[in-house]
Amino acid sequence: MAATVEPTPTLPSAVPVPQVVTRKVEREPSGFLSWVLTTDHKKIGIMYLVLTFAFFILGGVEALMMRLQLSQADNELLTPQVYNALFTMHGTTMIFLFVVPVMAGFGNYLVPLMIGARDMAFPKLNALSFWFLAMGGLVFYASIFFAPPECGWTCYSPLSDNDYLPSGGVDAWIFLVHLTGIGSLVGAINFYATIANMRAPGMGWGRLPLFVWTILVYSILLILALPVIAAAVTLLLTDRHFGTHFYDPANGGSPMLWQHLFWFFGHPEVYIMVLPGFGIVSEVLPVFARKPIFGYKAVAAATVVIAFLGLLVWAHHMFTTPSPTLVLVFFMMSSFLIAVPTGVKIFNWIATLWRGTIEFKTALLFSAGFIGTFLIGGITGVFLAVFPIDWQLHDTYFVVAHLHYVVVGGAVFCIFAGLYYWFPKMTGRLLGEGLGKLSFWLMLIGFHVTFLIQHSIGLDGMPRRVFEYPDVGNLELYNLISTIGSFILAAGIGVTIINVWRSLKNGAVSGPDPWKGNTLEWFTESPPPTVNFDTIPRIRSVEPMKDIRRQIAQQTSGATALAQPAEAEAGRVTQGA
Amino acid sequence: MHRSRLLPLTLLASLVGLLVAAPLAGADFLTPESGGSSNADDIDTLYKYVLAVAIVVFVGVEGVLFYSLRKFRARKGAVAAQIRGNTRLEIGWTVGAALVLVVLATLTFIKLGDIRNPPNSGPDGLELADGTLVANTKEKLPPNGKSLDIEVNGQQYVWRYTYPDGDQNQLNNVFAYEEMVVPVETTVTLDIRAQDVAHSWWIPALGGKMDAVPGYTNHTWFKIPASKAGQTFRGQCAELCGRNHANMVARVRAVTPQEFERYLAQRKADIQAANQAAERQRREQEATGGQPGGNAPQGENPTGESNNPVPGSPGGTNEDER
Repeated sequence: MAATVEPTPTLPSAVPVPQVVTRKVEREPSGFLSWVLTTDHKKIGIMYLVLTFAFFILGGVEALMMRLQLSQADNELLTPQVYNALFTMHGTTMIFLFVVPVMAGFGNYLVPLMIGARDMAFPKLNALSFWFLAMGGLVFYASIFFAPPECGWTCYSPLSDNDYLPSGGVDAWIFLVHLTGIGSLVGAINFYATIANMRAPGMGWGRLPLFVWTILVYSILLILALPVIAAAVTLLLTDRHFGTHFYDPANGGSPMLWQHLFWFFGHPEVYIMVLPGFGIVSEVLPVFARKPIFGYKAVAAATVVIAFLGLLVWAHHMFTTPSPTLVLVFFMMSSFLIAVPTGVKIFNWIATLWRGTIEFKTALLFSAGFIGTFLIGGITGVFLAVFPIDWQLHDTYFVVAHLHYVVVGGAVFCIFAGLYYWFPKMTGRLLGEGLGKLSFWLMLIGFHVTFLIQHSIGLDGMPRRVFEYPDVGNLELYNLISTIGSFILAAGIGVTIINVWRSLKNGAVSGPDPWKGNTLEWFTESPPPTVNFDTIPRIRSVEPMKDIRRQIAQQTSGATALAQPAEAEAGRVTQGA
Repeated sequence: MHRSRLLPLTLLASLVGLLVAAPLAGADFLTPESGGSSNADDIDTLYKYVLAVAIVVFVGVEGVLFYSLRKFRARKGAVAAQIRGNTRLEIGWTVGAALVLVVLATLTFIKLGDIRNPPNSGPDGLELADGTLVANTKEKLPPNGKSLDIEVNGQQYVWRYTYPDGDQNQLNNVFAYEEMVVPVETTVTLDIRAQDVAHSWWIPALGGKMDAVPGYTNHTWFKIPASKAGQTFRGQCAELCGRNHANMVARVRAVTPQEFERYLAQRKADIQAANQAAERQRREQEATGGQPGGNAPQGENPTGESNNPVPGSPGGTNEDER
């Protein structure tokens, strides 16, 4: 690249003289290098999706190993050490290496396309974000060859201190948080800059697609929350290795400081994980119900309100710690409040389906499955927000069930909806509907069999993070049901993996707009060319593709309203809009 | 025509039936453990209120969802209504959701006092003299200020209990591991501490859990009714505390006040005897040329904290405690 740089004139006041200098034209890198060296948001997006799905599979295998261990009472399949390492790896992987970055993957691929931009605001920073994520995952997973962390994904102090876990596993975890954190932070700033500055002409804030709204809010939350966890793990690192005592009560520190800092990040993290999922569903439902989203403004506003309130509820993870009653009451009320905008979203989604003509494609099934499942997670969340009830439920399998209803029911189902919805855009081929529906039903049934019963396991007094349990009451039966469910869920995910594998080569060719979408990404080819759009249309509503199709219909005097980008473009140009 | 309407209705009805029948069938299938103490019972009641509201919301929302999915599936000739919103409806359900939560908050505040604040001991409870057995906690004492205040200390991987036995020097107080013996009809307040990592004290039937965080003192209480004398309540550590977290169990054995006083006296005598024996052994060893107080195999037990001595037998000397 240096060879192409023009030497700058030595005299600052001199008027630059235009000149033509011939340089050799560098060939586009191909094959492996075209991925490693890319700054194209679409290639980076796909790399995000592939890498995070690989971590999803790893985390899933860890979960299955845990469920195998718990399938019988007093099981001796795994040692406590291995089991503790497994749930630490599972939680960390799913949160830091799957759900949060997979949303960045979708965002990377789709935000520029949906707002009519040619790339992200900072393409090189974008590549840097991805490679930070990859390095973070690498550092973390390298620890399995030495001593994986055993402190849970929350790594509570003092257990995570050098006195109790001197091995390098906790340090690997700290570096993972740092590396993926820097990656996410840089990526979030990039998203913000892109969305704020690079929208198509006419796309005011009131015409921003809802998925882009959620990515915007996701980015703001990341920018607010990540520095806090970065500071917290830095203090932990210095406590462990450099003789500080931030979390050491014997020397004036406080383990509660860790919990407050961790959850100040940790709870917004939940919304960082689910809000983009809400965005995906808000895009998918109107398309397959053939109806506009019900209450666009309310859905967008609810996203912002959830994010704001999400910053004020962190201590509901700490209801059992030594805290004044006033603090408990405050965090109960703030947690209640957050149920209102969440409820509003659910009502709006259902109202979007109401009086529509619903086409049961796989993406719609996953979206509908999400609403029905996430509702349960929301309701159990209200139970947990009532702090006297939380005293019975905290740190039990009830909480495990609740958080999986929120994160799997909330985020993962949406991710699968997004995968089935946008796969044709990314690859030019449709995913098989038969396998897709099979995958959906297996996942839905497997999920509920696994996690519904876990509410009762928790109510029966089984704490989370225990490698074995005694054979009392129905615990063994309940746990066995849960284990069987987890394998059905895994089979469902496996079917989608097979589907992706087969459809990449043999899927039906999708064309630019297989679903008759509403948003701009369907305006370009599938997969889109490097520059995304030849011409960027003027945006006149939240559903630019509908406008374009309507225009074509008018110009072809009410004939078929099939929008082909070339025709649409021609229509736009002749109208001079 | 008939089938298309019947199916969702049947599904809905069976769902409602299941949700209503389940709590009746399995006693604690859908509710927390209770029965050992009034605060656990109150939490259970509060939980049932929330559950009732939750079932209504659940059935309502899922019902409308399934109905719309069924009713509005794409059919030939059907045209989707192009509705973009309805401000009145939207304000309505926002306010409605908020009202449900106001109801839940009100119910919580009504129940909170009974759950949080310990009552007085019953007339048949342990005689608690002024000053001696009074808790040294700053908060959560019964109205008359008298309770049996037991210190609970979490350590990897065992619970240690220190009873007030009238001796002002806490180092001489009676202690035990794993099994806590308490009198019925007596308000027991707990000062929960941890000495290494964080733990969480939890006996489900005796009320909610409270974390033991190093550097802090946490509090809870329970009062076991007279009818439960002779019963043992089980629980285990609820906060990840290391590899053996799963086996950090706790038991609370309810006895009559008379039995409790006998237990306390017996335990005190046992510990004193063990101390004296240890002291004697140490002196003998010193006399026979053993290193003074150093590597004596018995007597000193500096690791007594992390061992797990058999309950009921003196596990270490009093000096072990802090």
